[in-house]
Parts: sequence; structure tokens; C-alpha cells
Amino acid sequence: MSSTTHPGTSPSTAPRRDLAQIGLAAVTAVVGAYTIYDASTLQVGFADPVGPRLFPYAIGTGLLVTSALLVVAALRGDLPEAEGGEDVDLDARADWATVAKLVGIVGLTIATVGFLGWAISGAILFAGSTWALGSRTLVRDVIVGVVLSVLSWYAFYVGLGIPLSAGILDGIL
Amino acid sequence: MGDLDLLLGGLQSAATPENLLYAAIGVLLGTFVGVLPGIGPAMAVALLLPVTYSLEPTSAFIMFAGIYYGGMYGGSTTSILLNTPGESASVMTALEGNKMAKAGRAAQALATAAIGSFIAGTIGTLLVAFFAPMLAEFAVTIGAPSYFAILLFALVMTTTMLGSSKVRGFLSLFLGLTIGLVGLDLNTGQARLDLGVAQLRDPLEIVAVAVGIFALGEAFWVAAHLRRKPLQVIPVGRPWMGREDWSRSWRPWLRGTAYGFPFGAIPAGGAEIPTFLSYVTERRLSRHRDEFGKGAIEGVAGPEAANNASAAGMFVPLLAMGIPVTATASVMLAALTSYGIQPGPQLMTEQSDLVWTLLASLLIGNTLLLVLNLPLAPLWAKLLRIPRPQLYAGILFFACLGAFAANQDAFDVFLLLAFGLLGLAMRRFGLPVLPLILGVILGPIMELKLREALTISDGDLSGLWSEPLAVAVYVLTALVVVVPIVVKRVRPDLDTPAAEVARAAQDDERVGR
Repeated sequence: MSSTTHPGTSPSTAPRRDLAQIGLAAVTAVVGAYTIYDASTLQVGFADPVGPRLFPYAIGTGLLVTSALLVVAALRGDLPEAEGGEDVDLDARADWATVAKLVGIVGLTIATVGFLGWAISGAILFAGSTWALGSRTLVRDVIVGVVLSVLSWYAFYVGLGIPLSAGILDGIL
Repeated sequence: MGDLDLLLGGLQSAATPENLLYAAIGVLLGTFVGVLPGIGPAMAVALLLPVTYSLEPTSAFIMFAGIYYGGMYGGSTTSILLNTPGESASVMTALEGNKMAKAGRAAQALATAAIGSFIAGTIGTLLVAFFAPMLAEFAVTIGAPSYFAILLFALVMTTTMLGSSKVRGFLSLFLGLTIGLVGLDLNTGQARLDLGVAQLRDPLEIVAVAVGIFALGEAFWVAAHLRRKPLQVIPVGRPWMGREDWSRSWRPWLRGTAYGFPFGAIPAGGAEIPTFLSYVTERRLSRHRDEFGKGAIEGVAGPEAANNASAAGMFVPLLAMGIPVTATASVMLAALTSYGIQPGPQLMTEQSDLVWTLLASLLIGNTLLLVLNLPLAPLWAKLLRIPRPQLYAGILFFACLGAFAANQDAFDVFLLLAFGLLGLAMRRFGLPVLPLILGVILGPIMELKLREALTISDGDLSGLWSEPLAVAVYVLTALVVVVPIVVKRVRPDLDTPAAEVARAAQDDERVGR
């Protein structure tokens, strides 16, 4: 079924298994179960022989079944094929700290964009992300961030007629 | 030839100075974004979607056509000048293209890619103009049961053709279908999977989903595995080809087009298979077989043409039936819907002006691409040196901007983040992205057709195979699932793209030693 299993390799060496996949399967199984539960709370209307339930039932069941199959595959030593790319070095250890920092910065943007406005939040987003990704030219990155966010604010406002949130800079921009 | 008249009419309305300007902007933006490492055509289209918000549909789609072909071409530049290909469709181009570049023939590799793309794109678009109306004429006569069967076929095809693991493909598909459920039920108006959040009662903002999975997911994934050592970029002058290059290129261009177009029009995972077939064919037919693996121009010309022809072929099911078969097509379909245009078989008749202008602007965009990109190639190559922290910070910035601009609601940025994390998990666990995106887009249409079909039969499930066409499609679907398994049993040594790449890597090692 998958090219990542090698039945020919000697069984004496400890099988490399990726059991984190079981965690993923658990999450998707919960999503599937919740989908089925959510569908069961719906009312079936009149003159509607199918109703809003059938499709979610089918999908939820599908999720449960594929999650179970993934657990079986993971236990048998089936390894996921992580995605490559131009800038992706799969041989290096995964650097989850950087990812956490980036998630935090996007989270900060979500929390502040209404209050500070896009021009400020966007600048923080850009400069913060470059810093998290290892750039150490903070002054330049902040300047680039401010230019990008202010320009994009005006581009959307003037060019596309979409007023992005101005926040505390309301009236200044 | 009524269609030809319509196409000429489309050319007339697309060729206004204003629209030409939009086409040019689209081509430049698309190439710019497509050249950037880590950004494929689907992400380019998704990221640039907000730019078209305030344009009227026709102009927006002209720009889109430019972005699309520009993004495709930009991607091939990246894979020729860098050591590693970005997306699966350019794996084969990179195989020979990068060797050519290393041997000092980058200019010829880029030229054959550009001209091959132009020829394949032009022929492909003309074929779309020929086939799409025929298919649409047939598609309007199809009943709900058959339509449902065809949608199911499309989903099963894409899921089983892509990648090595079918379990992961189907898991991804079902996740996508689940995401597509979110929102109000069509008939009864009840909220499904809204988790008590008011914003989840409307269907999910597709920009947030697509950009989250493509752009944020990719940026997070790269952040986790960022190369310490920057890739070597091969410098390039203005692309040109000598007489011999021309005579070695034109047959591969045409053969590549012949492979690419039909594969683009069926749901088979886009350009992955035709580019591979084209590569293998060119190697077999070439009089310079010994050059393969060291930079044979045929190995760039063929796959690149196949890639672009399949990109054009994708418009046949998209325009004629409202069925997207690639990630890029899904994003375009979402864009159509956001303009209040109902995709489906009636699109060709109800919005015929729009469709023909779009097809005409594909031709125009393709020509502009050739005119602009041959001289600009050295400039595009410079973009490959952009420092990675700033590049991926920029992707995050524009992704958040796009999600926020749609409704000016921070909640959409939150959704974007959630889907970005999902995209990250999918890349980590080897879940293919395409089945998920298709599930999100096609799920609601599928449910609609399912319920139409079952309403006709008054709830009896046999209503699903009440039409001969539906039965035929179900049989075909079953064959698609069963035949590859049987073939694998009988001939386990059959060539696959993965094997081809592995062989090339081995050759590399041998040369290196």
C-alpha cells in the first residue's frame, strides 16, 4: 500500500515507527465522532427525505475508519513521507521552537489588529517573524515592516477601496 | 465554427487597453510570486486573490489568468536555477534543467521552458475552447445521480493517484469534506459544526482555508526545517536557443502537450503523471540518450510543455462542469463563487461573455508572458537570492493581510492560523493537500446533488444508480481503485516518478565520486 514500508529489511533491527501518527489519528477520530454527534442533533425537515444528517454521518464514519486504518499502519511501522521543498532540509532536526514563536506572533496580530490597527500590527508581524526566523538586522526589518504595512494599508484604502482597520492611528493615516 | 467566433469576440473584449494592463500586471505579479522559492502556482493564486476583490469579474479573471500562467512559469525558473524542485509538477523539469544550468546552459534551459510553455499553453487553450462547450452541452443533460457519481469519481481519482499512501490521502479527503460541512444546512437552515461560534454559521472564508493550508502551513513547515546553508543559485543571462536546440525541442514540446492536456482535464493529480510520462518518452526517443542525466534539452522541453498543457486542460472540467481537479482550479472556483457566479454546466451559456473573455485572456497572458519573461529572466533569477527570513516573514504578512482584508474581521486571521497549523501537521504527517482542498470545495456541491438525487427517488438509495451514466461512472471508479493494486502485484518493478528521481540521485552520486 505504501512505498515507505520495506518488508525486505531484516526484522532483527528495531523497526522504526512513528507513533506520533496515533496522536493524529486520535484527533481526527474525535473530529469524526463529533461530526456524527453534531449531525444527530439536527432536525429533519418536512418533505426532505434525506435531511441534513446523512452526509455528515457518512463523512464522520469515513473519518473514523481512516483514522483506525492509520493507527494500524502506524503500528505496522508505516512511516509518513514528510514533504520536501526548495528551502526544506529534512535531514536536520525539526526546529519547533521557531514555529512556536511564529504562531505566537500571528496570535499577537490577531489580538491587537483591532486595537492597534493594521499599520502597526502588520509591521510587528513582519519584523517579529524575521526575527523569529533568524534575521538579526532588526532595525532594517522594522523599517521594511512599517513601509510594507503602511503601503498595504494605503493600497487597500486608495487602490481597492477597502478600509483596513486603522486602530489607534485613526485620523492620522 | 461558432466557437471560433465566440473566441474572437472574447479576444476583442479582452484586448482593451485596460484589460491588457490587468493581464500584464497579472503576469508580472504571478511570475514574481511564482519565482519565489517555496511558492507554487496554487499558493500564488490564493495569496493574490485579495488583490482582485474590488475589480469587476471580467478584469479580475483576466488578471487571474495572467497570475496563473505567470506562477507556473515562475515555478519552472526556480526549479531550473535551484538544485531542488518546489512542487511535484516540476520534479522532472528540475532533473535535466538543473543539470543543464550547471553545465552553463541555463539560458537555453529557460528558453526551451518558456517557449515550450507558450506553445503548450496556446494549443491547450485552443483545445479548451474546442472541448469545453461540447462537454458543457453534454453536462447540462446530466441528472443529479450521475453528477454525484462524477464528483465521487473525481475525489476518488485524485485521492488514489496522488502520493504513495492511500490511507493518508483518504484521511485528508475526509478532513476536507468535514471542513466543507461547516455552515448552514442548505435545506433546513440549521447550523452544522458551528461550535457555537457565530462566524462559523457562514461557509468558511475560502481564502482563509486555502491561504492557511498553502501559505502559512508551508511557512511554518519551512521554519521547522530551514536549510542552514543557502542553496546555490546558478547565474543566468538572457535566455536564447541555437539552431540545434530548436530542432531538438519542437517535437518534445508537441509530445509534451499531447500528454499534458488530457491528464489536466481528468482528475489525476495535475501535472505529476504527464510530466513523468513525457520525460520517460523523450529519453526513449532521443538521439542524444547519453545526455540524459547530464542535462538533455529534450528532458526540459517535454515535461515543461506537459506541465503547461495540463494547466490549460484543467479549465475543461472547471468551466464545463464546475469541477476543479487541481488545487489551483479549486481556488479559482472559490473566486468565481465569491463573485456570485454559479459554477456548473450552465456557466458556458449564462456567463458566456465571461468564459470567452477568460479563454481569450489566457491566450493573451501566455503571449505577454513570453514577451516579458525572456528579457526579464536575469532579473527574476535575482529573486532567488532573497534572504529566507524576510521571504517567509513576507509570506506570513501577506497571508494575514489577505485573510484580514476579506471581511476586516480578526476572526478570519484566527481561522487562517488554525488552518496554517493544520497545513503544518499535514506536511509533517505526509497527508497530501489536494484531496483536502477538493473535499472542502466539492463537498457542499456533492451533498446538494446527493439530496437532489434522493429526493427524486423519495429517499430510496437505489436512486443513486438510477441512470446508466451513473452506473458506468461507479464501475470506472471501482476500476480506478482496483487496477493499480492488481498492476502492482503483477508488475512490481514498473517505473514510477519516485524511482526515476532516485535513479537520478544515484547517477549524481556516481558523477560526484
